Amino acid sequence: MAAFILRRLGALFFVLLAVSIIVFVLMNLVPGGPFSLGERGYTPDALANLERKYGLDKPLTERYLNFLIGAVQLDFGYSFAVAGSPPVSQVILQTWPVTLHVGIYTILVSFTLGLTLGIVAAYRRNSWIDNAVTFTATLGIAVPNFIIATFLLFLIGYQNGWGEPNKWIIPPLWSGGPAILSWDYFLPVITYALAPTALVARYTRASVADALNADYVRTAHAKGLSEGHIMARHVLRNAMIPMITVLLPQIPNLLTGSLFIEVVYGIPGLGKFFVTSIFNRDYPMIMGLVLLVAFFWGMTYLVTDILYTMIDPRIRVYGSKGGTT
Amino acid sequence: MSELAGVNTPGVPKIASEKVERRSVWGQAALRFRRNRLAMAGLVFLLLLAFIAIFADLLAPYSFSRAFLDKRANLLPFTHPDHLLGLDSSSRDYLSRLIFGARTSLQVGLAVPIIAFLIGVPLGAISGYLGGRVDFAIQRVVEVATAIPPLLFALFLLSVLGTGVTNVILVLSITSWIEATRLTRAQMLALKEREFVLSARALGAGGWRIIAQHILPSALSPLMVLFSFSVPLAIFSEAGLSFLGIGITEPTPSWGKMLGSGIGTSIRVYYHIALFPTLLVALTMLSFSFVGDGLQEALDPSRSRASGKLQ
Repeated sequence: MAAFILRRLGALFFVLLAVSIIVFVLMNLVPGGPFSLGERGYTPDALANLERKYGLDKPLTERYLNFLIGAVQLDFGYSFAVAGSPPVSQVILQTWPVTLHVGIYTILVSFTLGLTLGIVAAYRRNSWIDNAVTFTATLGIAVPNFIIATFLLFLIGYQNGWGEPNKWIIPPLWSGGPAILSWDYFLPVITYALAPTALVARYTRASVADALNADYVRTAHAKGLSEGHIMARHVLRNAMIPMITVLLPQIPNLLTGSLFIEVVYGIPGLGKFFVTSIFNRDYPMIMGLVLLVAFFWGMTYLVTDILYTMIDPRIRVYGSKGGTT
Repeated sequence: MSELAGVNTPGVPKIASEKVERRSVWGQAALRFRRNRLAMAGLVFLLLLAFIAIFADLLAPYSFSRAFLDKRANLLPFTHPDHLLGLDSSSRDYLSRLIFGARTSLQVGLAVPIIAFLIGVPLGAISGYLGGRVDFAIQRVVEVATAIPPLLFALFLLSVLGTGVTNVILVLSITSWIEATRLTRAQMLALKEREFVLSARALGAGGWRIIAQHILPSALSPLMVLFSFSVPLAIFSEAGLSFLGIGITEPTPSWGKMLGSGIGTSIRVYYHIALFPTLLVALTMLSFSFVGDGLQEALDPSRSRASGKLQ
């Protein structure tokens, strides 16, 4: 297993390299530059000066190599668009914790709720509970965040101080308590968790329903094993493969935040930069975020493959246990 | 529902159940599907929607781009006999725009998942079934593709290709095959070691035959869920691109765009702007979910038996 992990980490390095080259070229091919965009009204001379200052007048290969030398030392340069031009790594370090808090809460809520709903729906297939779960899951996906947020804010938000711009204060539940235990997370997490809950519930229902029909489950029933034992040992174990394939990638997704949730609830998080950096042609920011996300996803895929072989020992992924079939 | 009646008219239930025994596998599946009321309702809704989308020109009361400047913008629904569902912020008939929007949204919402599946399912099947170096290589490509921001990619491609429905479909398809690939691969990895696949192989079945006839049918349920989720996702992604000015240009309507225009207006007063498109997207997705569930149960005879026992 150690050799497998090492090999995959080695491969991840080359994946990151490939991603950085593709994105670097791609973002330079997109029309509009960081300073020529919008109505900033720079004169051609000023524009040339700015581009010289940030090294944008140099050829693409030279700029990429400069970026690469910095990136291996985790230095992605200075943001073009964020006020005060702070280093990209500093922006990420400052804004990511809040996003992480919201993301972790969202994962906890959506996974517990989604798994429970999905399992119940699979057990009571075609009953009113099953249909209610399908219906709720559809609403979770098909009703956009902004409508959900508007209604939540209207119902309980504004009265309690939610949704005021630039007012993310986070008073803890009790004075002197840790800031992560705060009611301020409640509405953002509810809004954010609806779609992943729906996703988890529907995939769980499909996978568990499949496993419930298998012959070995009937055998287990015939042997007189308890429902709980059959669920844990026979059904869930076999339903796991498709579930972790789809559900695990939700984790990097949720931990990197969402522009919308942050804007509506005034959360000073990382999520908005995934959109604004692309719009502002904030090249250093784009590269920093892309590499962060690429690393995150690479690790998720690695964990997924390891989990496959742990859940079903018959599965062999290239390099694990020396098997190449 | 009238179809259902047509099938069952001759004979009392007992005779009908004897008839079932003599039906082909597909005939039995069709019958099981027709018995599922929610699945049939979903199918009827989808067919109705397709009909509306195709004959939008004949069905819509007005043109989707005609502005009724003599009436107030954002006219509320059910307040004016000429405009049943009110007007939008540019005083255009909302019902007509919803009908024409069905055309755009169904095109995008169906074409994108279908193209994504046409790329993703074979790729995932090859990756999972062959395993080894092929799997390793394909999975690294998937990793690279996951990390490239779809928005950046869309900005680039649409700036080269230009806007329009076809290009939006193309761009969204290119960025959405990853999930289908990974899900198919995972199912392949798990199922190819099962006894029924080994016995098929022992009987001399070729790789493609095993994939298409033995593994894929067993891998269907999660893929159908993925499909039903991909439909609204594609509709919303199109709205996102259009909102940023690189998708489908005005005045062509789409449900996603109409929904997105609700962000600017006060949706608590002009509730119809967001309500009707949301309702349509939700109903479309619900229909796909129920049809998908119904198809699964219909195609898997062991399922109806087992579910009867468990309840």
